[in-house]
Amino acid sequence: MKYISEFRDRRAAQALSAVLATEANPAREYHLMEFCGGHTHAIFRYGVQDLLPPNVRLVHGPGCPVCVLPVSRLDLAIELAERHDVILCSYGDMLRVPGSRKRSLLKSRALGRDVRMVDSCTEALTIARAHPDKEIVFFAIGFETTTPPTAVAIREADRLGLANFSVYCNHVLTPSAIRSILDADDVRRLGLVRVDGFIGPSHVSTIIGSRPYEHFAREYRRPVVIAGFEPLDVLQAVRMLVRQLNEGRAEVENQFTRGVTREGNVKAQALVAEVFELRRLFEWRGLGPVPYSGLRIKKKYAAFDAETRFALVEKPVPENKACECGAIIRGVKKPTDCKIFGTACTPSNPIGSCMVSPEGACSAYYRYRRQLLDRRPAAEPATATG
Amino acid sequence: MRVIELLDGERARVEMGGVEKTVSLTLVDGVAAGDYVIVHVGFAITRLDAVEAKKTLALFAEIADRLNIDLKLESGDEVHQ
Repeated sequence: MKYISEFRDRRAAQALSAVLATEANPAREYHLMEFCGGHTHAIFRYGVQDLLPPNVRLVHGPGCPVCVLPVSRLDLAIELAERHDVILCSYGDMLRVPGSRKRSLLKSRALGRDVRMVDSCTEALTIARAHPDKEIVFFAIGFETTTPPTAVAIREADRLGLANFSVYCNHVLTPSAIRSILDADDVRRLGLVRVDGFIGPSHVSTIIGSRPYEHFAREYRRPVVIAGFEPLDVLQAVRMLVRQLNEGRAEVENQFTRGVTREGNVKAQALVAEVFELRRLFEWRGLGPVPYSGLRIKKKYAAFDAETRFALVEKPVPENKACECGAIIRGVKKPTDCKIFGTACTPSNPIGSCMVSPEGACSAYYRYRRQLLDRRPAAEPATATG
Repeated sequence: MRVIELLDGERARVEMGGVEKTVSLTLVDGVAAGDYVIVHVGFAITRLDAVEAKKTLALFAEIADRLNIDLKLESGDEVHQ
């Protein structure tokens, strides 16, 4: 494995950890948010927090595509899957997320509906060609990294004249979400969440480049360091953030120079601009409605828009009262603050979206931190298994 | 993932850790066999810059050297660019 294993080297991690310990000022705290769920997963998997000085804390952000999709949007996908003429295709994690009334796409499939897990949206095109008598709907979720492939699929469907293919678009934008976190009452007024700087996403930034973060680093006076997904990348990014904060700087820096440029992937950006446009408002689980944070399919490609084709109308859904996903996504609460974490809600029986995806904070806590939790005082019940 | 060979229809066969798969090259121009690409949901989303990767690794090695931690990183000399 080239350019992966080297970035997981234990001795280099020790070296970075030692340097960081000398550079972090013990007189202050550093609260750094990793926006992206990919980073959350890497931080837990490799125990990155344990390599940091105690006054450098990582706050988990909302960058998990499955976690931030509101239940009302998922319900529409389940509604689509209930139709006998529809084959619904989506990425794997989405199938297990519980919708309202204890439904999920996986349960729809168990009840005989045609729901298929795909690794790429191009597989949905292949299914559409193989089943001309069926309506194939691709349930598209994700940030800027998954959007260009969806754009490619829509253009390809247009080129092939695939009349039985459409996309239920739920693509969302990273910079708008970061801005909404900093604008939220939790941060600005209530002071419930402290975020001194951001570890910027790696794959998203390969597409959008480092430039979109420059505006808000200036406006909000928060440094951003774009980091790769490997543990050494994260450690180095933390060190770069600590240095910026020590020096009173709030700039955009790029640790992931092997994959990210300032301009990003211009070809992918052009494809996205060709097919999608901004929604005025899009609802996020945990964050609520965020202005200009979601994409919809342009009029030009309206024939491939499942929301138009099936006249989908969202219905408000109350969240499960016991589930703390919303507050966990905002960084206000930790998974362990949730009453049902590890008891009623586990990866094999998830109640909330944060427990479903490996990128969700609850799932990461459960997988990698459970041993520590089990060392809690005996009075507390041990975490349930399976 | 390393590109093994280019296929028709803007696709390529790629490999990582002995696992091979076919990915779309629609989003990245000018990919050649031997290049490293970052893959997401079946699409190459960018070329991995081997020169920059080596610079980052050299920086880690330098930090470890300064701290006298023995660090043997692969030189990456055999990497095609």
